[in-house]
Amino acid sequence: MAVEVTPGTGSTRATTARELSGLDALEQHVGGDPSWASRLWSGLWPKVAAVSIALALWQVVVWSGWRPSYALPGPGQVFPELGRQLLEPGFWEAIATTMRRAAVGFGVATVIGLVVGVATARIGRLRVAIGSLITGLQTMPSIAWFPLAILLFQLSESAMYFVVVLGAAPSIANGVITGVDYVPPLLQRVGRNLGAGGLQLYRFVIMPASLPSIVGGLKQGWAFAWRSLMAGELLVVIAATPSIGLRLDTARQLNQAESLISWMIVILVIGILVDVVFDRANTAIRRRWGVVDA
Amino acid sequence: MSVEQLPSQGSAPVGASAAGVGATAVALRGVSKVYGRGPTAVLAVDRLDLEVRRGEFVCLVGASGCGKSTLLSMVSGLEPVTAGQVVVDGGHRPAQMFQEAALFPWLTVRGNVELALRLRGVARRDREPEARELLATVHLSDFADTRPHQLSGGMRQRVALARTLAQQTPVLLMDEPFGALDAMTRDVLHDEIERIWRERELTVLFVTHNVREAARLGDRIVLLSSRPGRVVEQYPVDIPRPRRIDSPEVARLSATITDRLRQEVRRHGR
Repeated sequence: MAVEVTPGTGSTRATTARELSGLDALEQHVGGDPSWASRLWSGLWPKVAAVSIALALWQVVVWSGWRPSYALPGPGQVFPELGRQLLEPGFWEAIATTMRRAAVGFGVATVIGLVVGVATARIGRLRVAIGSLITGLQTMPSIAWFPLAILLFQLSESAMYFVVVLGAAPSIANGVITGVDYVPPLLQRVGRNLGAGGLQLYRFVIMPASLPSIVGGLKQGWAFAWRSLMAGELLVVIAATPSIGLRLDTARQLNQAESLISWMIVILVIGILVDVVFDRANTAIRRRWGVVDA
Repeated sequence: MSVEQLPSQGSAPVGASAAGVGATAVALRGVSKVYGRGPTAVLAVDRLDLEVRRGEFVCLVGASGCGKSTLLSMVSGLEPVTAGQVVVDGGHRPAQMFQEAALFPWLTVRGNVELALRLRGVARRDREPEARELLATVHLSDFADTRPHQLSGGMRQRVALARTLAQQTPVLLMDEPFGALDAMTRDVLHDEIERIWRERELTVLFVTHNVREAARLGDRIVLLSSRPGRVVEQYPVDIPRPRRIDSPEVARLSATITDRLRQEVRRHGR
């Protein structure tokens, strides 16, 4: 074997390699991860406990006789009603209509929010001009837009989209602006040194580095979009296309309290499920980046 | 900004031939850098001249505020010069390494290296083998699919080195790359950078505040003054390689340079 001895130090290429791998091995983290079953259980039981407590409180209020049962039915009446509705095709049609509106509205808001956010973050003058306007729009209660929306678009889906987009896009744009602002300057210098300029720097460095904040903006944007859409479906009544909002309103008009509350549960569950998706995305990013160890 | 090509040398590939040894790789001519404007403006670097020959390992040392880092960034083109000229062999801006590895946390180790290859214009099918080869060079083949946060500081710095080598520039700029590492790791990495410099026939411009490190690595040590940065003194290092950072020769030279450096610092006292 030919060993390239470097006189004086007695170090060879092979020994240096050994030393490096020795140092590397000593640096590696030791220890096992908990099993998936115990992780699942530790994530599940607090939720189960919280839901049980909420249901128990609800039942206690019903038993206290605070309101007659035709106005406030208990879980024992509402859940069978919900179960019955699950078997109805109309139930799923209403959900499909609402989810389609939510997806389209949120999708349009995402595109507008990303474009406006990048443009505002990049162009100083635009930022001076509309930076605070974007934050202002975020604080505007979306229901306040509906009179104008109905004036502009009559009782149509366009009126709902108008309000949903106005509600969600500012949050998404703000997420992008914050993300771009907090990209470490050193990463940008490295990107430029690697030869990325202009759009390439955005594509390969700035946008991926902003991803956590963008996901945060999307999550908040979704919450605004969902609220605006529910308000919209209650105010902009389109009787021909049944939707969650329409069914909720119908239940109130027909004094069907069980149905009304079961639709509210549906709204809550959908909101939670979508939120879980955003949380998963957020956790996956943080884990990949090493912001959390889990 | 005036980073331009030396007319005679074209864009020779890295370590193309021994014919170019002795030719100028980097030349700074009357380079000045001013930060700010008007009465509050600060002169960071003042009419600095420096020539680095091809294949040379030059260390820049100086106290804080001597504009060492600014100087490197002006050579790499990240900072514009206020006055004067920076000429770099091969035309394109040299690759630069920083005190922090600054790896992209959303990419794996290999992804980081491949991004540098992609931005250099390497075809997609060639990127993976070339990235693996570069990671083998820094002895990190086993960590190709690891995420940066799972590595130690020294390992991250080696990934950064592989990413820098991926740029395939004949000149390498290193801005205190080992400053944040423990002494043991630093020693081993000195061996590594020396080996890679020799194997690839690179030209290295290495900034450090550690005079011993400079004496361990450099062919020549350039001592800079502080505020404004100027070349005070140059020391050719004729200690035969390989050297040890704890050898008496290295200690003697660094003592001389440290004395001169202290004298320079005293100038700023009252």
